[in-house]
Amino acid sequence: MKWISSLLLMAILSFAACLFLPWWSIAIACFLVALLIPQKHGIAFLTGFIALFILWAGMSYWISMHNDHILAGRMSQIILKKEDPQMIIIVTGLIGAFVGGFAALTGSLVRKSVKKQPLHSLS
Amino acid sequence: MRYLLLFLTAAITVALCYILDTRTVLPAPLGRLLAPQQGFWQNAEPSDADFSADLHFNTLEGNATVYFDERLVPHIFAEKENDAYFVQGFLHAKFRLWQMELQTLSAAGRISEIVGDVALDHDREFRRLGMVYAAEIWEKEMEKDAPIKQACDAYTAGVNAYITTLNSSNLPLEYKLLGYEPELWSNLKTGLFLKYMAYDLAAHENDFEMTNALAFFKKSDFNALFPSLQDSLDPIIPKGTVFSPPAVVPVAPKDADSVYFHQTDTATAVENTKPEKANGSNNWAVSGSKTKSGSPILCNDPHLGLNLPSLWYEIQLSVPGFNAYGASFPGSPGVIIGFNDSCAFGFTNGGRDVRDYYEIIFNNQSKTSYWYDSSWKPTSFRIEKIKIAGKPDFIDTVAYTVFGPVMYDNNFSGKRNTGSKNYAVRWTAHDPSNEMRLFYDLNHAKNYNDYLQAAPYLKTPGQNCVFAAKNGDIAIRTQGNFPAKWKGQGDFIMPGTDSRYAWQGMIPQNEIPFQYNPERGFVSSANQRPVDSTYPYYLGRDYPTPRGLIINRKLSAMQQITPKDMMLLQTDNYNVFAEMAVPVILKNLRMAELSDEEKAYAGLLQNWNYRSEADAKGPTVFDLAWKYFSDTVYFDEYANAPEFTERPLESTLLEGIIRDSAFRFVDDIRTNQIETLPEMVTRAFKKAVVDITKADKENRLAWGKYKDTRVNHLLRLPAFSRLHVPIGGGKNIINATTETHGPSWRMIVSLTPETEAYGIYPGGQSGNPGSRFYDNAISKWAAGEYYSLWMMKPSEQKDQRVKWKMQFSKS
Repeated sequence: MKWISSLLLMAILSFAACLFLPWWSIAIACFLVALLIPQKHGIAFLTGFIALFILWAGMSYWISMHNDHILAGRMSQIILKKEDPQMIIIVTGLIGAFVGGFAALTGSLVRKSVKKQPLHSLS
Repeated sequence: MRYLLLFLTAAITVALCYILDTRTVLPAPLGRLLAPQQGFWQNAEPSDADFSADLHFNTLEGNATVYFDERLVPHIFAEKENDAYFVQGFLHAKFRLWQMELQTLSAAGRISEIVGDVALDHDREFRRLGMVYAAEIWEKEMEKDAPIKQACDAYTAGVNAYITTLNSSNLPLEYKLLGYEPELWSNLKTGLFLKYMAYDLAAHENDFEMTNALAFFKKSDFNALFPSLQDSLDPIIPKGTVFSPPAVVPVAPKDADSVYFHQTDTATAVENTKPEKANGSNNWAVSGSKTKSGSPILCNDPHLGLNLPSLWYEIQLSVPGFNAYGASFPGSPGVIIGFNDSCAFGFTNGGRDVRDYYEIIFNNQSKTSYWYDSSWKPTSFRIEKIKIAGKPDFIDTVAYTVFGPVMYDNNFSGKRNTGSKNYAVRWTAHDPSNEMRLFYDLNHAKNYNDYLQAAPYLKTPGQNCVFAAKNGDIAIRTQGNFPAKWKGQGDFIMPGTDSRYAWQGMIPQNEIPFQYNPERGFVSSANQRPVDSTYPYYLGRDYPTPRGLIINRKLSAMQQITPKDMMLLQTDNYNVFAEMAVPVILKNLRMAELSDEEKAYAGLLQNWNYRSEADAKGPTVFDLAWKYFSDTVYFDEYANAPEFTERPLESTLLEGIIRDSAFRFVDDIRTNQIETLPEMVTRAFKKAVVDITKADKENRLAWGKYKDTRVNHLLRLPAFSRLHVPIGGGKNIINATTETHGPSWRMIVSLTPETEAYGIYPGGQSGNPGSRFYDNAISKWAAGEYYSLWMMKPSEQKDQRVKWKMQFSKS
């Protein structure tokens, strides 16, 4: 269940951070959560990946649905070179997912290296 | 190993953030652009978006309320007039900020700041034309007029009140795509916008091309190719009108024949950007004697580039001093083409030549003085500092003479070769003027006298101003600040060393041709020559005649006119040019020499009723047949001409062959025998059939498909444009819809006691490509349908058409 709470935490923190900070603050949010909540590296990556995929794909789907997919259709033509509103939502989710995943993995790796090093050895 | 992995993932994370936030690796910052809370998703407006708001600003003098109807047209009710302009500025910015700023940046020659040095030539061209110089002069003049200054100040404050609410999330989409941010608005920007319209409508000239034509052709050929009057002309002010003797009598210099009209040097300089030549329009007003209701009806459809976001923004302004409705320009306060409770007003382009070139002789490369009237006169310089994205600033030093800025010299040729010559431009848009006063006064106008007071404020661009009032008056004035020229003056590049070649005066206001309640019961204009040859001033030779001809023919025949009849007339697809040309083509086409296939296509022409409807095939056959005929006739004459040599009007060729089947240019001068008209028509038709067959095989022989009208986004992004709009019409047709150009606002106002008005433009009230109001009117516009224009009354607040309410009050 620990991964569910970190997943939720990552999504909530990312959402909150983006209210005030640039989009890449999702990386900070995922990094911090993975740093504080111990998980295996692979799981940490997946948690960040899934959290941000759900958050970004979910938000963009919600927005797009209320927009009758007008803009998703137009922007997919520009970015993907074909009209495909679903695909632009998935791409949005994946971009968040990779940034979130790698940030979480980094956090997890930092946690491990700090933990493996007894504090006195730093002095 | 552990640290290596850590280092690697940390590096990947940082790199991902960097790459997705910048344009260094990817063409667009995908992370920033796709982030749901900041990127383009924030511009995806919910289809049930709520536009209601309660806003407070300390610059307001009183309260104002905006009622948005179901088309998102704002009906602004303000206690104080200036507050209405504040609200108008706020709404223009809220719905159209990006286009407003882009147009003014373009006018100011500042596009390089956004896109880099690909736009440097554009920027230099506009700076050197003196666009900013002109806007600065406008601003000084405008500031002398207190009510206009206040209106502009309030408008600017309104635009800026909106701009200050912007953040990275709610920024208009195009800023996010291009990666820049808006700057604050200013009155100067409004001036730049007005000068942009002056450029679009009153900067068209062909002095260089005409000079080349003059140098290249023999005099008799030249005169036959470029007559100053067309046989088919039906002028705006009818033939037979008596004009008073001129107050200004311009005199041609004695040596004009040998120096000016005998230029042999082909100047090859031609601007790389030119305003669209087809910028024309239709307007007319019919008096109550011709209408079913007994009240006048005024109609106007300005033909401009078809763009998204649209040039126009519909609005109602209701204040204690007036109540006006119509199309406004995002970038400028007031209603531009519209009506109020007493009258209606509209415009078509005058198309006069108000931009001339003078060849300047400088002392040396320093250009500190120039030779003028037998002495060296000091030059003044204007330093243009052009910022370029990603590169150091570019400094352009422009010399100014008595005529105006030296646009082309050894520093700037506009990518064309000017050799060692220097050309200064004399343009009326550089003269002090206060056009805003025209619109301000028309918005307030109650009667014909108010219109008469307002009209002279229109200097540049010169327009045919049509007017109708509830008391039954109708009028048209061919208004503007026009130089009084001697015959031929300014058709070619003039010597800049001699004041006798300068403009000798302007045409006085009391000699502006006009019509007021004419006997025939209507006034009209369609960019044709305003008057016949009895008018004492020279007017140039470059006016289209067919639309004016058909409008006047139809209006003369109409009685008991209703607004519905006017809709049918504004969207009429009858091609009067084809009506004159097709019989000549068919008469001279040698059927016996045609193959079966060619005969079949000739049959389409024979059976065509001259209506350029979207589904008709005749118009496509005619278009190509005429194009090849014209090319075939002139090919030999132009074979050795300089690249940029003026081409004759198509009416000149048509009238030439109607008048005389042995029209002098028909013969191919490269052969020994004399080619006849039937020979050339047949030859051209066979060539045309190659293209016609190709179009037929591709299933695009139907005129609408062949013409393929589109409404382009200003960045030419197909995803933000409306392509393949099914609509007929075209050049020389009242429904003047070409590929990318056409009726940008169709308006019909019946001045019955309770005004009945209709209008539509090919766009939508929102400039946001993510809004359902972005292009919602295009299909209806293409189908020739109209919206009923609702002049809302204060008592109608509860009307079901009101969908949202925006409250503005003092904080």
